[in-house]
Amino acid sequence: MDRFLFLTFGGLSTGAVYAAFALALVLIWRAARVVNFAQGAMAVATAYVGYAVASATGSYWVGLGAAVLAGLLLGALVERVLMRFVGHANPLNEVIVALGLVLLIQAVLGMVFGNGYRPAPAPFDTDALTLGGIAALSPYDLWVLGAVLVVVVLLALLFTRTPIGLRMRAAAFAPEVSRLLGVDVGRMLTLGWALAAAVGALAGMLVVPTGLGLHPHAMDLVFVVAFTAAVVGGLDSPAGAVVGGLLVGLILSYVTGYLGPDTTPLAVLVLLLAVLLVRPGGLFSSARARHV
Amino acid sequence: MTATRPSARSGVDRPAGPSPLRRLLPGAPAAAGPRGSTLLRHLAGAVLAGTLVVLLTNQLAPYQNLQVARVCAFLCVTAGYTVLVGLNGQLSLGHGALMATGAYTVALVQRAFDERGVQGRWILPLSLLAAVAATALAGLVIGLAAARLRGPYLAGVTLAVATLVPAISTIFTGVFNGEQGLRFPAETPPAFLGAYFQPERWLAWIALLAALLTVLLLANLVRSRFGRSLRAVRDDEVAARLAGIHVARTQVLAFVVSAGCAGLGGGVYAVLTATVAPGKFPLELSLFLLMAIVIGGLGSLAGAVWGAVLLVALQDLPSLLTETFSLPSGLAQRLEGNLALAVFGLILIVVMLAAPGGLHGAVRTLAARLRARRRAH
Repeated sequence: MDRFLFLTFGGLSTGAVYAAFALALVLIWRAARVVNFAQGAMAVATAYVGYAVASATGSYWVGLGAAVLAGLLLGALVERVLMRFVGHANPLNEVIVALGLVLLIQAVLGMVFGNGYRPAPAPFDTDALTLGGIAALSPYDLWVLGAVLVVVVLLALLFTRTPIGLRMRAAAFAPEVSRLLGVDVGRMLTLGWALAAAVGALAGMLVVPTGLGLHPHAMDLVFVVAFTAAVVGGLDSPAGAVVGGLLVGLILSYVTGYLGPDTTPLAVLVLLLAVLLVRPGGLFSSARARHV
Repeated sequence: MTATRPSARSGVDRPAGPSPLRRLLPGAPAAAGPRGSTLLRHLAGAVLAGTLVVLLTNQLAPYQNLQVARVCAFLCVTAGYTVLVGLNGQLSLGHGALMATGAYTVALVQRAFDERGVQGRWILPLSLLAAVAATALAGLVIGLAAARLRGPYLAGVTLAVATLVPAISTIFTGVFNGEQGLRFPAETPPAFLGAYFQPERWLAWIALLAALLTVLLLANLVRSRFGRSLRAVRDDEVAARLAGIHVARTQVLAFVVSAGCAGLGGGVYAVLTATVAPGKFPLELSLFLLMAIVIGGLGSLAGAVWGAVLLVALQDLPSLLTETFSLPSGLAQRLEGNLALAVFGLILIVVMLAAPGGLHGAVRTLAARLRARRRAH
């Protein structure tokens, strides 16, 4: 029972990171109907920036700010320079360009920083506090949960309470009509990418100290897990992404805890396939007709 | 895209020969020749190409022959892959994992015979056949799921498959020997070729035969009714369904064929070094393969050849650079591997943005434009 509780708390903490990652995917999907396969690589790049700044200034918080800022810039850059010019004749084109970006980012990181692991110290203690004899959450887990919660609330406020959020939603759902009504759809798209990449950067900063280490391929599996989380929640639903992230975090925590860490990729694949084959729109979708 | 019957409602006389619709369809048989001529033409082309490459291998050094062999092994994979992605519109990122399936099957079959002391020339073709069968079966399983998935969803699932290779090899350490991988007896040239026959040349011949068989089979498949079904499903599923094409079956079959080719390529790739290890089939391998077919032009078999050649040539680029410019060892170490990655990524992006038809498509567009100009005069 102790072990079960321990795995549950650990699963919630990693699940929060997956939720943030999935949220980044959902943001771009809603804005541009693109699954950003470069999300993982972009997050690694910003995490490198974050930890380089952190070790130069000696402050984790300055590094975190630098990473999020780098995320904003990188997201806007990718949209302005690449994604805007991809032909839409074939829906695969955007995926292929994103995959090219993955190769490019990982190679540049490898050339600049080397392919080895780099130390990425956590700002808080990662040893679990014991509560009534049970190992529960560590201070670092609490920070992760808190940070993700704040981001989710801020994003919800942005999209539901501010004029810019309203314009972003309008541009995503009815680009033609919004354009007629004076919304700069292109700028909203850039903003969407920038926001998503910043959320991804935060998730990357949060996930790296948890035993993952910082290296160019750090997020390969994390991205697959985050994609699974987004699909579990339905790519269209931000709330679904958060629930999906926590759910996937819990399931993987149990699988890793009881069956061993090697089985994690297999569990991800099984979970992804199960959701896609049973409920292709995610757990929170309403039934929709399909053509063929 | 079934046979076009002369429609009763149009009073216009149809021109003799192929219908205008057929001439418009990309890749549809151009001039309607007698049946079987396509096969003969492809066969003649394959024999010609094969002879040329065999003559070439006689002139090359061992390492260059090994490169020819690697090109041929990759060609098996890229040819099948480009048919799936380009002609059927299913983006799989799991072809590196499928190559691994073929490679491990060859290793396991060869080891099984070796442990029982059985030797013989027939073991190699048998193990390669087993590789094709095992990979086609894996492709059937993935394809059944893939037929229900579209675009990014399929890419995500197959990406998850690609991350599985190291995990599977460690979970079943007893069978696959974890990170270390498996060794099996190396392939040696037969005695009748003489005692001093270059082993690398023999390997190149084996890989060449596999590549020629694959391309020949695919070239005919692409020109067949099945090939037209593939394109019809890619372009418009509803229209394909209305034309009497079983959409899901076509998609699954395309995946199985493509997987079988990947298995053969993976098997040959393993034979070249007589080893398999999970480290040889990382996630990037699948992305490299994608680069290879994108740069050649999605859906074009000639493009698959371009891609396979570039794949091998560019992988040797960093070592070539370090030798020519005698770079300091620290820098050389960082460039090692990463430079090829960066070049591949850049190519993928630039080709997708500038020439989505790839090299082969660009050449074809140019040729068509020249022809049109000549006709105008």
